Amino acid sequence: MPPVAESTLSVRADFPILQRRPGGRPLVYLDSAATSQKPAAVIAAVADHLRDHNANVHRGVYALAQEADAAFEGARERIAAFVGGEPRTTIFTKNVTEAINLVAYSWGRANVGEGDAVLVTQAEHHANLVPWQVLCRERGAQLRYLEVDEHGELSLDALDGELERGDVRLVAFTHVSNVLGTINPVAEIARRVRAAGALSLIDGAQGVPQLPVDVAAIGADFYAWTGHKALGPTGIGVLHGRREVLEEMEPFLTGGDMIASVDFDGATWAELPSKFEAGTQPIAEAVGLAAAVDYLAALGMERVREHELALTAHMLEGLATVPGLRVVGPTDAALRGGLASFTIEGIHPHDVAELCDREGVCIRAGHHCAQPLMRCLGVGATARASVGVYNDRADVDALVHALQGARGVFGLDGASGNGAAAG
Amino acid sequence: MDDLYRDYILDHYKRPRNFGELDPHDLEALEHNPLCGDELGVHIVVKDDHIEDLRFHGHGCAISQAAASIASEELKGMKLSEVGELGADWMIELLGIPVSATRRKCALLNLKVVRGAVTGDHAWPT
Repeated sequence: MPPVAESTLSVRADFPILQRRPGGRPLVYLDSAATSQKPAAVIAAVADHLRDHNANVHRGVYALAQEADAAFEGARERIAAFVGGEPRTTIFTKNVTEAINLVAYSWGRANVGEGDAVLVTQAEHHANLVPWQVLCRERGAQLRYLEVDEHGELSLDALDGELERGDVRLVAFTHVSNVLGTINPVAEIARRVRAAGALSLIDGAQGVPQLPVDVAAIGADFYAWTGHKALGPTGIGVLHGRREVLEEMEPFLTGGDMIASVDFDGATWAELPSKFEAGTQPIAEAVGLAAAVDYLAALGMERVREHELALTAHMLEGLATVPGLRVVGPTDAALRGGLASFTIEGIHPHDVAELCDREGVCIRAGHHCAQPLMRCLGVGATARASVGVYNDRADVDALVHALQGARGVFGLDGASGNGAAAG
Repeated sequence: MDDLYRDYILDHYKRPRNFGELDPHDLEALEHNPLCGDELGVHIVVKDDHIEDLRFHGHGCAISQAAASIASEELKGMKLSEVGELGADWMIELLGIPVSATRRKCALLNLKVVRGAVTGDHAWPT
């Protein structure tokens, strides 16, 4: 493995929750792939909005409502710009799951039918899998899977082979695998899919928080991500769509705020992006997410990636010292996002996570909402440690120490006697 | 001494009693723990309305495996009608360790499986 430069990023103090000391120890939060912690700037932005600027948007003529409008639409502009998108084609949803369902319902039900196929990878999160299963079952279409190897890597030749069959209408794939950490060559995949006349949808839930992302340069038809993994609040997701495709689509949810006009016989739809934003929107959440992307932009996403790459390399080195530990996914940190999924011979992942918690180390255990992939990997569950901008080498060292201790509790450390076992 | 991972828990985890398969068997069920995807199944041989023998199979964490192992020793010989009456408290008390809310399903999975096999009620024990 090539040496990775040590990071100079040190922002732990910006995250109030990390001042907590469970059991008198520092909180070691290594579950950012599930959700990120929030910097004080985001917490303040949400509180400030609710305290001083709260009103519903798009309706009020009074000054306070106009402040809320400006805050909401201003947030959309900053969020869109952060990932190279246009405000008009940047749609707020509840989360990535809703964004993908929006596409599966509004685009899928009008464009996928018998004789058609949808292609997804074996490594997808249930959010980018189940909506396509349901669509294909309803429409009599075929759902096909693009295989991933043991590192979670896709074969572009296999992709071409599937596209050559001529029946693929849409290819849905993840930017960064939430289980294996694999970073997919998304721009290249999107290019090939487009050349074959199909549409592409990228699940960017793990991409936007840790990589510089330019949705225009990637060139997919849809790119979805979520606020809470990118230092923002829960309850807000983002869908970037290609304008021509979005304009052809019927609405997903219908009701207030997404209409141009309504009479007793029917309704006409508002322009983008409102057509896809029925009901009162996550206004304070949008303001909070805008503060989050401002924070990330100020750090610089290149620097964020560098920081997390260095930590991931350090983590892989540390994990390699734990006997019986097997990491799944790419072993070269440069090829993966900031996470490591692993198993330890003789200890179930749940017990690993429980014992890590005794030392204040928060990691995830389970199937990570990717059960079909877990079956491919031949594991029932894994433990997963994932890093964020606020982590440092001491966090990773605490994880490795806790894992050694877990082996001790389970009587697996033999004669090593490292004294780390809980007593 | 760890509160949760006591010696007898680890002993049942590493050397689970009544694990394997029983063929032929009269009753069976298979359940998943939604938290982790782990699965646990049971084969039961019935004689005179009692559980004459049973075996669990599957994989899981120390809590779920130890709970199944410990419960298996109590379930053998039990009247089928009594199995339907067993609730979550029975299992948690039998296990004898403080089980957190998130690990509760790990502890109760075996009872869910057995009750499902015996009564056809596949709800989580309460």
